[in-house]
Amino acid sequence: MSDTTQQDNPHGEEGSRRDFLYLTAAAFGAVGAGSVAWPLIHQMNPAADTLALSTTEVDLTPIEKGQAITVMWRGKPVFIRHRTEAEIEAARNTDLADLRDKQTDEDRVQKAEWLVMVGICTHLGCVPLGQKPSDIKGEYNGWFCPCHGSHYDESGRIRKGPAPTNLAVPDYTFLTDTTIRIG
Amino acid sequence: MGSGERKPFENPAIEWVDSRLPIFTLINKEYGVFPTPKNFNYFWNFGAIATVMLVLMILTGITLAMHYTPHADYAFESVERIMRDVNFGWLIRYMHANGASFFFIAVYIHIFRGLYYGSYKQPRELLWILGVVILLLMMATAFMGYVLPWGQMSFWGATVITNLFSAIPLVGDDIVTLLWGGFSVDNPTLNRFFALHYLLPFVLVGVVGLHVWALHVTGSNNPLGIDTKGPQDTLPFHPYYTMKDTFGILVFLIIYVAFTFFMPNSLGHPDNYIPADPLVTPAHIVPEWYFLPFYAILRAITFDVGIPFTDIVFVEAKLGGVLAMFGAIALLVALPFLDKHPARSARFRPWFKIAVLVLVLDFFILMVCGGKPAEGLWVPLAQVATLYYYAFFLVLIPLFNKFEPRLDLPPSIHEAVLSCCSKKKQCCSHPTEAA
Ligand code: HEM
Ligand code: FES
Repeated sequence: MSDTTQQDNPHGEEGSRRDFLYLTAAAFGAVGAGSVAWPLIHQMNPAADTLALSTTEVDLTPIEKGQAITVMWRGKPVFIRHRTEAEIEAARNTDLADLRDKQTDEDRVQKAEWLVMVGICTHLGCVPLGQKPSDIKGEYNGWFCPCHGSHYDESGRIRKGPAPTNLAVPDYTFLTDTTIRIG
Repeated sequence: MGSGERKPFENPAIEWVDSRLPIFTLINKEYGVFPTPKNFNYFWNFGAIATVMLVLMILTGITLAMHYTPHADYAFESVERIMRDVNFGWLIRYMHANGASFFFIAVYIHIFRGLYYGSYKQPRELLWILGVVILLLMMATAFMGYVLPWGQMSFWGATVITNLFSAIPLVGDDIVTLLWGGFSVDNPTLNRFFALHYLLPFVLVGVVGLHVWALHVTGSNNPLGIDTKGPQDTLPFHPYYTMKDTFGILVFLIIYVAFTFFMPNSLGHPDNYIPADPLVTPAHIVPEWYFLPFYAILRAITFDVGIPFTDIVFVEAKLGGVLAMFGAIALLVALPFLDKHPARSARFRPWFKIAVLVLVLDFFILMVCGGKPAEGLWVPLAQVATLYYYAFFLVLIPLFNKFEPRLDLPPSIHEAVLSCCSKKKQCCSHPTEAA
């Protein structure tokens, strides 16, 4: 900003130059405060070692048809169910119009026999019942969450109760015919 | 507080300090000669009682922290060790656990006092809002404290409550991961909850300081809800209310220690003596009793809000429940601005009086519903009770503004106290509610 303009119009120019300095100073301050705040917030997100634990390998051979096991993955239970033909058929014959979170059974499994899902109710995070033969399985013969009464079907899809979505399917790959890696 | 107007003290040591830092002048002004309405009833004891409980929680909390280990593998055992091996550990822990309950009892009664006598109204709106901030901070502190023993209720309570944030559209899941520091409630969660549980009570002390500061600007309300008009309406705080507060505090503490010694677990849940197990959810997850009314409101929203007979949903049941729960507290903040009726105290508001007493009953009904499994008749009952809670603030209060009559206010506190004496032919040394 040259001296001449300042002399021509001392008030206006002086004012806008000061405004400019205020704005740049404030912008600088905001960027500075933000760059200090971000590490302080981001430290709360999962740390590197927590992320490193995020795959689990599972051998499926011991699981008989009609049985289910629960494994831990990222601190959460994962349900692995070896489904019977009847269960698969029931899941596949469900009318999509009856579903809250519309998804076909085919979209939820890689191999029809093996249903792999995160065993956490999509309402507020309880572990639904239905893994053990003695458990209540709910009105749709799948899983039942006792916390606030959500019912899931043979494919882990939400059918009744407050949960908004189906039980989540994690990323997993079949390493061989009988082992999977979750995560 | 300019040192110019300061009156010198006779004691030379006090005078030496006070002339350099007028702290004795301050104490005398705010708690010695402070003019206080002379018609307080016992409801006015609960601010002081709450303050005592806050101090007690900080003292017992710091001593517990000397023995507690904030790690998922050791937390439960370190608490058991406090109970069995640490000298007087059992006493300190029971004092802290029951202390939280009694802190909430005191504050809930304190809030009721404010509601009933219209203490939230002009000019005490900000004082009231600071009170709600105190309530929120207390809730956050108590919630995180309950996670620390790392029992089944700790773990699953933490899971359910942190998952509430997943209802927020778009960023919900990221917020939950941020809160957990992982992919489920786990050691990082416990560790940070301990850090915050240690911090928040000191923030509370700060906000209580502001709350009391605001109180000393407007002066206290009183059971008649009319302003003080001069010295004939007031008494100096000391010795009149220092004595009355001390008496109230002692009675309250007697009940509190009776619980602490004779039924220390009656307000807790036995499942919290089972170590946390991330694979097994207890059959009934219930929060601590002081959260039950809000938990009932959360669970009362079992339906999506959208266009009927279509799949279009604006607010899913899950988000709706969370909004309804936080809304219940937001309504308290809004109350001073919703209520425009000219009388403060319910004594001069025949309709409001009934409505506010029904609200108290409603609060207890919600508390019972929140403790029951969400099935059968409990669900519609909680829904009706939630409806009344909202209607009180959003329908009844605006209607009262327009139509509720105001009974005749007495000309002054002084005259009200005297006329009460002559009418009933007995002297009211304590002009409490006649009803
Ligand atoms: C830690 C919790 C709290 C402490 C330690 C505390 C402390 C106090 C104290 C010492 C007083 C003066 C004595 C009295 O009138 O009883 C007071 C007054 C008051 N408090 Fe609180 N308070 C707390 C929570 C709350 C909450 C949660 C609310 C409302 C939501 C609230 C609303 C008020 C109001 C409106 C007054 C003025 C009352 C009047 O003079 O009528 N307080 N508080
Ligand atoms: S957490 Fe499963 S129904 Fe609420």
